[in-house]
Amino acid sequence: MFNKILIANRGEIACRIIRTCKRMGIATVAVHSRADEGALHVRMADEAVLLGPPPPGRSYLRIDAVVRAVADTGAEAVHPGFGFLSENARFARAVEDAGAVFIGPPADAIAAMGDKIESKRIAQEAGVRVIPGATAETGDPDEAVGTARQIGYPVMIKAAAGGGGKGMRVAGSDEEAREGFRAARSEAESSFGDGRVFLEKFIESPRHIEIQLLADSHGNAVWLNERECSIQRRHQKVVEEAPSPVLDAGTRRAMGEQARALARAVSYRSAGTVEFVCDRNKTFYFLEMNTRLQVEHPVTEAIVGLDLVEQMIRVAAGEPLAIAQDDVAIDGWAMEARIYAEDPYRGFLPSVGRLSRYRPPAESAAVRIDSGVEEGSEVTVFYDPMIAKLIVHGEDRPAAMAAMRSALDRFQVRGVRHNIDFLAAVMRDERFAAGAVTTAFVDETWPDAFAGAPFTEREARVMGGVGLLAHLTVLARDRGISGAQDGPAAAPRRWTVWFGARRFEAEARLVEGGLDMTVDARPVAVRGPWRPGQTLFEGAVDGEAAIVQIDRRGTRWRIAHAGVTDEVAILSEKAETLLARMPGKEPADTAATVLSPMPGMIVDMLVGEGDEVEPGQALAIVDAMKMENVLRAERAGAVARVLVGKGDLVAVDQPLVEFSG
Amino acid sequence: MGHSDSVEDGIAIEPVADRVSREGREPMQNVIGELEERRARARLGGGERRIENQHAKGKLTARERLDLLLDDGTFEEWDMFVEHRCSEFGMEDRKVPGDGVVTGWGAVNGRPVFVFSQDFTVFGGSLSDSHARKICKIMDRAMQVGAPVIGINDSGGARIQEGVDSLAGYAEVFLRNVLASGVVPQISVVMGPCAGGAVYSPAMTDFIFMVKDTSYMFVTGPDVVKTVTHEAVSHEELGGAVTHTSRSGVADLAFEHDVEALAEVRRFIGLLPASNRENPPFLETEDPADRPEASLDNLIPSNPNKPYDMKELIGKVVDEGDFFELQPSYAGNIVIGFGRMEGRTAGFVANQPMVLAGCLDIDASKKAARFVRFCDCFNIPIVTFVDVPGFLPGTAQEHGGIIKHGAKLLYAYAEATVPKVTCITRKAYGGAYDVMASKHLRGDVNYAWPSAEIAVMGSKGAVEIIFRADIGDAEKIEARTQEYRERFANPFVAAQRGFIDDVIMPRNTRRRICGALRMLRGKVLENPWKKHDNIPL
Repeated sequence: MFNKILIANRGEIACRIIRTCKRMGIATVAVHSRADEGALHVRMADEAVLLGPPPPGRSYLRIDAVVRAVADTGAEAVHPGFGFLSENARFARAVEDAGAVFIGPPADAIAAMGDKIESKRIAQEAGVRVIPGATAETGDPDEAVGTARQIGYPVMIKAAAGGGGKGMRVAGSDEEAREGFRAARSEAESSFGDGRVFLEKFIESPRHIEIQLLADSHGNAVWLNERECSIQRRHQKVVEEAPSPVLDAGTRRAMGEQARALARAVSYRSAGTVEFVCDRNKTFYFLEMNTRLQVEHPVTEAIVGLDLVEQMIRVAAGEPLAIAQDDVAIDGWAMEARIYAEDPYRGFLPSVGRLSRYRPPAESAAVRIDSGVEEGSEVTVFYDPMIAKLIVHGEDRPAAMAAMRSALDRFQVRGVRHNIDFLAAVMRDERFAAGAVTTAFVDETWPDAFAGAPFTEREARVMGGVGLLAHLTVLARDRGISGAQDGPAAAPRRWTVWFGARRFEAEARLVEGGLDMTVDARPVAVRGPWRPGQTLFEGAVDGEAAIVQIDRRGTRWRIAHAGVTDEVAILSEKAETLLARMPGKEPADTAATVLSPMPGMIVDMLVGEGDEVEPGQALAIVDAMKMENVLRAERAGAVARVLVGKGDLVAVDQPLVEFSG
Repeated sequence: MGHSDSVEDGIAIEPVADRVSREGREPMQNVIGELEERRARARLGGGERRIENQHAKGKLTARERLDLLLDDGTFEEWDMFVEHRCSEFGMEDRKVPGDGVVTGWGAVNGRPVFVFSQDFTVFGGSLSDSHARKICKIMDRAMQVGAPVIGINDSGGARIQEGVDSLAGYAEVFLRNVLASGVVPQISVVMGPCAGGAVYSPAMTDFIFMVKDTSYMFVTGPDVVKTVTHEAVSHEELGGAVTHTSRSGVADLAFEHDVEALAEVRRFIGLLPASNRENPPFLETEDPADRPEASLDNLIPSNPNKPYDMKELIGKVVDEGDFFELQPSYAGNIVIGFGRMEGRTAGFVANQPMVLAGCLDIDASKKAARFVRFCDCFNIPIVTFVDVPGFLPGTAQEHGGIIKHGAKLLYAYAEATVPKVTCITRKAYGGAYDVMASKHLRGDVNYAWPSAEIAVMGSKGAVEIIFRADIGDAEKIEARTQEYRERFANPFVAAQRGFIDDVIMPRNTRRRICGALRMLRGKVLENPWKKHDNIPL
């Protein structure tokens, strides 16, 4: 076994690998950029080597720097994690050339599977079912249109070197094929340094199901069941689970065996994943093979009881697999939710900043947190905005979902915007609960802007009840202030709770162990301890468990629960009556200025001063977190001033374009 | 005194008939009935129509405001039946009991406060001799008993019909504002017009709260401005809540509506002692004094030029994370406000690296100086967090008088005798180090984080002066800079001299400051006798 391993990655996956190494008694070396100097993975490792400045191209993607770190520290093996250099055959070779072991597949297998055109050909030969389409690269927009017409719309335009949803576009018409070709190519070039793209038939509303493989260097290979990853946004997985709610044992076996055949065809070694799409008739097609550990590997670990990183290390050290296919079973149900620093209420735009509060739920047999951050960590523009992975394990799917819902309710993140409400909304969705999902689930469920999970009477009672408990507790405590001359006055009984524009009225009073209230003549009991300053309420409302996040905002409250976050104002009957006597004010009009919805760099300004624009017309392209975001006009008008130029770094809410009139 | 165009004249109200019969006393129930009738009439102020107008403008009435401000049933109104004594311009026929201001006392969470609330529905809330006397009466009483004064301003200005009597009334109020200053806390809530000389009463109180879109303060209104300077400007832009809380610094906080403003005044009063004879109030808390905050250990970025949010530190140090910030939108390079430590109020002053790198400038110095002096008046300990690279350079600052204005903060800290606990988080450079509650200005307990750099200036600047001859040689300068940084860019040089009492772990900041404040509760320190000081105004 190795004595020392270098982890050529950062963030949660680096931390996760280090944890396994520590358990195995292997020393660890972290590498990092200047932006990650105090990062958790750097502090967890036994040694750390600075690679260079923050941009990945000058640090984490620098093969020479990583290989030098291997030599300098005497690491015997390198785990690449995922992303960065994990699927770079040149890197695998460079590591081996430097005399260390690459914890992953042979470089040739990486190269073969990394090229989506080539991999499709190999898969076809190995007897794996593939999607109809071109098996050669497409050279220019016109050729793209020609090929697309041959295959028949809709088509998927894909980067040959792609992964992680980058460099992928769907086109339903000639025009979209042209635009998609341009976008996919430019994204492919900037993300992978390889602009080759190809086209294939777009399988509409498929499910995304993948098979986890594990192979050793002695010719043994097993498949470790499937993961269902259909909950995606812009081809980026958001929620994953294992097993899939739809696979029967026969289909599972067929997929597993085809995946194993492909692995054998390329003399695969280590952990790998074969991704399939599954259409409405449960016919599955090969999508691609990922020659690395996947982000969502923990759900497989939960149901098969293996540490995949440990398995990868053992395989790399030359050990034969300790398990045979017949040993692989399915224990219960696991789900993973990815917590991203992105704002679902503003089109999922990335958010950066310091995690002024980061309190994940406690880990247990049912809850696992894989994270590379802690309270006080910084989310920067340079890297993937994933903060943490929340993995739950239950005896069946409903149990896993329930565990996920309560873990999400407990997950406290402040300082950056995050997608916890969105994840909670997924967990509350009926279609998701029924397992009837496709990769179009997110777009179909939220065709317009996400505005929070449904706010039903239950949420009103829970959030209002806990808000009232906190409000009345604070008021009661305030009456005990020193210097008071008369005895404590009785608290008002009738209250109005405002959630934005929604409201309900309640009669409420504090009681031993909580609060009793009456809403619409119906008694509601709020039970649980709450003390001023406490930001997480764990108790029960109406006899049902309720976990609610509550932050004081002056005389108001910010309350989050079950995918709903609201600024809540609680008014006594008197205040409510008086407030109602005054008319409301009109909000100021700010539509005349287009603000940058995110921090990033201006890739292109598409309009100039004096231009007349139509609603929906593209105004600017902002690059953030390596994704190109097109900003569009909300209304027609003439551009009065363009305030930024190509290449400028912009802050969130920075004015970009001003319209006249 | 100014008089806004929108002031409505008072309405004529029939005098209540003299019901005392010549033969003897009326039956008791009739007398009681009369009292009730008189009270009902007084409570109606300027009448239903004017009350409707008041609401339509987005404003509550004078009595509705007091009803929200004070604990239920605690308001005792005084001088409800006072009327003006003007007999000019037909005023003798137009009298309204109360004369445009509601005065008295009540309680906020059981603690007595004196209040006046101007009634815009009565003569436009204009100030008459009688109106002023009512205000003076409660102020005199407040000073005697030691209770705060909360004034709600909603007045068109002087009662023009009264002429010099009205002016005299203003001056009587101004005088009391001055005499009460430093004796009892005075809070002004501006909830309507407050124009002309009338602005000087709120201006001399300790804090001004305003309501957006419905309140404004200016010495001369938009019409006069237009005539004299040809500037076209709206009431709101000239002297609205946003203007005064972000541009002029005249007001402390702006609120969305009357209900929110008054709820926040209640919360605010709970932080203040009733008078200079008392210590700050105590409010029970279960927040442990020794609560560690591990994330503070990495609050300071490794790059010394990178900002961080000082408010995160304050939020993690105060009880329950509850910090009542004042003037958040003005001179953001310094943060001021109140929080509690182990249940007792402390005033917080902190440089904010997020704005102008936390430099001291004219506005920041004035903002913090007045706050420090308020705390000192009212026995409120001062906690200072320091990350200051110096004073802001530039002609605007120098010609604007940064010498005199910066001296205000220095002066305020130096003269303050309340407990002073200071914690240097990062930079404490040059004269600004001295200013920010340093040991030399009688700081009681001065802490520093390990990241503190206490020096005359940044390392590079220092080296370029000391080793001027080497300026052309980048390598030498770099080496010297490194040497200087290692020698001085740390808290230990100051600690070796006792200017820093201890270097503390950031995560333990709350525990250490709570401990220091607890230890200092019995502090006694007096300045030499003087008639009064001569702060550089």
